[in-house]
Amino acid sequence: MSEQKCRKVYVPVNLDVDAEGNIRPRLIRWIDGRVYEIDRLKHKCRAASTKVGGCGIRYTVMIGGHESFLYNEDEKWFVEAKEPCL
Amino acid sequence: MQRVILHCDMNNFYASVECMLNPELKNKPVAVCGSVEERHGIVLAKNYAAKAFGVSTGEAIWQAKQKCQDLVIVEPHYERYMKFSKLAREIYGRYTDQIEPYGMDECWLDVTGSGCMGTGFEIADEIRRTVKFELGLTISAGVSFNKIFAKLGSDMKKPDAITCIEADSFREKIWCLPASDLLGVGRATEKVLSGYGIHTIGELAATSDDFLKCRLGKNGLAIKKYANGLDDSPVMRSDYVSPVKSIGHGITTMQDLENNAEVWCIMLELVQEIGTKLRTHKKKAGGIAISIRNNELYTKEWQCRISIPTQSPTYLAKTAFALFAKNYQWEHPIRSVTVRAINLFEEDCPIQYDLFTDVKSLDRQERLDAAIEQIRFRFGKDAIKNGVLFQKSKMPTERKVDLVMPTGMIG
Repeated sequence: MSEQKCRKVYVPVNLDVDAEGNIRPRLIRWIDGRVYEIDRLKHKCRAASTKVGGCGIRYTVMIGGHESFLYNEDEKWFVEAKEPCL
Repeated sequence: MQRVILHCDMNNFYASVECMLNPELKNKPVAVCGSVEERHGIVLAKNYAAKAFGVSTGEAIWQAKQKCQDLVIVEPHYERYMKFSKLAREIYGRYTDQIEPYGMDECWLDVTGSGCMGTGFEIADEIRRTVKFELGLTISAGVSFNKIFAKLGSDMKKPDAITCIEADSFREKIWCLPASDLLGVGRATEKVLSGYGIHTIGELAATSDDFLKCRLGKNGLAIKKYANGLDDSPVMRSDYVSPVKSIGHGITTMQDLENNAEVWCIMLELVQEIGTKLRTHKKKAGGIAISIRNNELYTKEWQCRISIPTQSPTYLAKTAFALFAKNYQWEHPIRSVTVRAINLFEEDCPIQYDLFTDVKSLDRQERLDAAIEQIRFRFGKDAIKNGVLFQKSKMPTERKVDLVMPTGMIG
C-alpha cells in the first residue's frame, strides 16, 4: 500500500506558556474554522518532516484519540495534512 | 595520545536543503543555480538525480540543460543554508567544543576527549543519524587521527556514510588513491606532480623532501607530510575567530567591461567597501591584489606592495588601477573584477617614512577619507561618492557582492 499523500498546512495554535517559558500547545484552529483540542502531549523533540518538508520542534500530540505531529518551525506552526483520497 | 578527528560533510548541501523543504523535488533532477540576469547563471549545487545525467558544479545553466532537459532549476536561498549550517553545528556541539568549519557545509570535530560518548565511529554514526532525523539532511563523515585523513575519508563514501582511516592501515587504504584527492593538492599542484610521474598519494609520500621543496616550495613539504599521516594541525575551538588576512570585494558586472574607464569606475566602487572594512577591522593594507575574469571565463590575478600601508579608498583604487593598466592586455572584454587588500597591518602599527614622503598630503588624504566615511556611515553608502560614479555604470543595481568562502589550510 502506498503512503498517503500529505501537504504542509500552517495553522494558528493556542499555546500555554509557563513561568519558565515552556510552551504547550492546547488548540489547533483548522482552516475551515474547526477547533481541535490537544488531549495529550506525548513527546517533544527536534525533527524534520520527511512527508511535507521543513523541520523544527516536533510535538507528538493526541487529538481525539489519534496521534499526530505538530511542528514549530521558526515562528510558525504546521501540520502534515492528509490529502483527501480521490 | 592519538587524536580522534571527524570530518562531517553535508552532501550536496544547497540542493539537499531545497529538496528537503520541498519534497516534490526529491525524485527529480535538481540544480541550484545563480541568477542568469545577474550573470551568475551557473550550477552551484545539484542532487544525485542531476548528477546521474552528468550535470556538474560550475557549468553554465544552458550546458546543464543540454545534459538534462527536465532539470529543475532552483534559485539559491543563502539564509536557509546559513540556518541549516548553524543547526548542524549545534548538533556537533553536543559532542565537542572543538568544531572548525570549512565552508558552510563542512566541519572538523576533535572528539578525542569525548570517549565516554563512544568511539570515533560510534560518535560519527550518531551524528549522521541525528542530522538525518532532526534536519532531514544526509552527511558523510570521515574518522581518522588527523584532519587531512578525516577530510579524505568523508569524500570516499557518499552519501549518508562513514569511512574510517586508521593509523595502522592507512597505507593500504589510501596510498593507492590519486594524489589530487588529498587536501592541498589542487589542479596546479597535481599538474606539476603528474609531470614527474607522481600520481598517487603513496608515490607522493615516497618522494624526496628536496625534490618537492624545489618544485613546489613549502606546499610541497606540507603535502608530503599529509600523505604520510603526519598532519598535526589542531581543530580550532568553535569560538575561535581566525585573524583577518585579506579584505576583498568582487563583482560580476551587468555587461562586459570594454575599456579602462569602465574598469576604473568598478574599482572605485569596490574599494569604498574595502576602505570601510579596513576601518572596521582596524587594519591597513600593505599590498593590493586584483583578480580579473574575462568573458572567456579565464581568470588572472596580479598583486603588488604598497610602500606606506593605507586605508584610503582613493589610494587603493589608484594602486589597483595602475596594476591593472600595467598588466591587462585587453584581448577580451572583462566579466568580473575583484580587488583585495592584502599584507594587512594593525592600524596603529608604526610606519617608517622615507625622506621624500609628503606626510602633509598623506595626512590631508586620511582626514578627507575619514570625513567621507563618516558621511557614508551617517547618511548611507550612496550619500557621497566620486563624481565619475554618477554616470551610467555597469555595476549591478542591487549590490550583491560575490561570496568569498574560506580558503584551505595552507597559507
